[in-house]
Amino acid sequence: MAKRVGLEVSVAVGDAAKLADVDVVAAYPITPQTHIVEHLAELVANGELRAAYIPVESEHSAMSACLGASAVGARTFTATASQGLELMHEVLYVASALRLPIVMAVVNRALSAPISIWCDHSDAMAVRDSGWIQMFVENGQEAVDNVICAFRIGEDRRVLLPVMIHLDGFSLSHVIEPIILPEQSEVARFLPPYDPPLPLDPEKPVTVGAFAPPFIYTEVKWAQEMTLEGAKEVILECWREFANTFGRHYSPVESYRTEGAKVLLMTMGSLSETAMVAVDKMRDEGKEVGLIKLRLWRPFPFAELRQAVRDAEVLIVLDRALSFGGPGGPVCSEVKAALYREARRPEVVGFVGGLGGRDISMADFEEMVNQGIKLAEAGSEREFEIFGVRE
Amino acid sequence: MTQKARLEEVRWHGRGGQGAVLGASILGSAAALYEGKYAVSFPSFGAERRGAPVQAFTRIADQVIRTRSQIYHPTRIIVLDDTLFGVVDITDGAQAGATVLVNTRRSISELDIPAGLNVVLLDASAIAQEIIGVGIVNTTMLGALAGATNLVGLDAIKKAIADALPEKIAGRNIAAAEAAYWEVKGG
Repeated sequence: MAKRVGLEVSVAVGDAAKLADVDVVAAYPITPQTHIVEHLAELVANGELRAAYIPVESEHSAMSACLGASAVGARTFTATASQGLELMHEVLYVASALRLPIVMAVVNRALSAPISIWCDHSDAMAVRDSGWIQMFVENGQEAVDNVICAFRIGEDRRVLLPVMIHLDGFSLSHVIEPIILPEQSEVARFLPPYDPPLPLDPEKPVTVGAFAPPFIYTEVKWAQEMTLEGAKEVILECWREFANTFGRHYSPVESYRTEGAKVLLMTMGSLSETAMVAVDKMRDEGKEVGLIKLRLWRPFPFAELRQAVRDAEVLIVLDRALSFGGPGGPVCSEVKAALYREARRPEVVGFVGGLGGRDISMADFEEMVNQGIKLAEAGSEREFEIFGVRE
Repeated sequence: MTQKARLEEVRWHGRGGQGAVLGASILGSAAALYEGKYAVSFPSFGAERRGAPVQAFTRIADQVIRTRSQIYHPTRIIVLDDTLFGVVDITDGAQAGATVLVNTRRSISELDIPAGLNVVLLDASAIAQEIIGVGIVNTTMLGALAGATNLVGLDAIKKAIADALPEKIAGRNIAAAEAAYWEVKGG
């Protein structure tokens, strides 16, 4: 029986990769992701995990090594954060276009400059359009479960795409909390071995990543788009099967105490948990406030989101990233776009906050709800509000 | 499910290398794994250096803990090194009646602690030096915490220390915790 243990979330993420029986890990350490790859290096070094650990000189090389490993049919894992993710940027697009089901934990951290080692989602937003399946987790258990699911989803013949699991730096990665690690045998039954359709093999040569003149490039990109969009069905199927096997349920958009809620908060990542406590308090005070948690970021869950917010009057979206000179928070801007054609839709108010590790407390969420309601009523000339800034 | 039950928020003060982070983690494990509670622990998020003031945190509750923000109003404060008084604001944000457990040879009048807090002093360094052989007091202070409060029991602390430390040193750390427990209990 799997039992609950007290684990640092980073270590648990490494253990999840081990449970998935990865063949290759290629990674470069960067705060706050370091503990994940350190733990994996240790597991490989002491013989607990039979895998090749490829130490590389940069994240660009890490992702490049992952490409090669995955292309020959190895189950491949890596992890990075912030500037590391940026340094592998161009290779990310190659991984998705070559349809290589690499799994990567991204321990979200603000982008420089100024140097910040603390959490926000600017790194994630910079790779939004890289063609990877992407989801945000809110606690250690979700991180473990979804690293395991990520391999099953990505390696599915209907998908064959890389997957990023985003987890908040420090406020999630460095927390020690109770986590249930599934048994190796259970995971092995849930996650069949990777069986790539066209592995690189000297005996049966194939060309991967060939030149694409204008007559075919658009078709390749459209096929990629159709596949990523279609991956949602496989993700839902995987989560259903995961719930049947392990008893923990996941969905693309999650509603918390939204019944009869006129006002909805929306968050992504570990702040969702603090927001839940804030919603509890406001509900106890008789306020009709609920919470929407966006877990699946790519493919974007349009139908589920529309369904989740349709009865609300005000939707307050918190972004932990800023699109400079643009519409504010990337999540809010996508939510607005998703609701544009809806006849009935809530007034959407966007906040940007929690940048570079700035804490958002329960009281802050209450403040955000109060401000959001006022802004929805009075209207604002600004595209978004920046929360808690000193001017 | 709402969190109406008391949420215990423990703040550890130490210097880099004194084991505050491990202490916070052992406390969480003791409560979560051996007393059926829920617990999380975390370091102060940032770059830390040996010898510099550090903080670590443990949250303990009877229900799932969802709050992930930092701890602003601790119910318990554990001070591993009394040279931190005057360097950092040890009792900043402390809830009324909060326990302040300090490793010190000084008396309460020599420490700058505001009124209204439940102060418990002991010379944990001496206990650790004598029993463990080094002046690392995190485990000793855990025993003292079990003796001074009803936060977590000594048995759970002993089991969690055994899980966390290599066999070679676990026994002596458990003995030190036990000695501190009885010293605080006045046994």
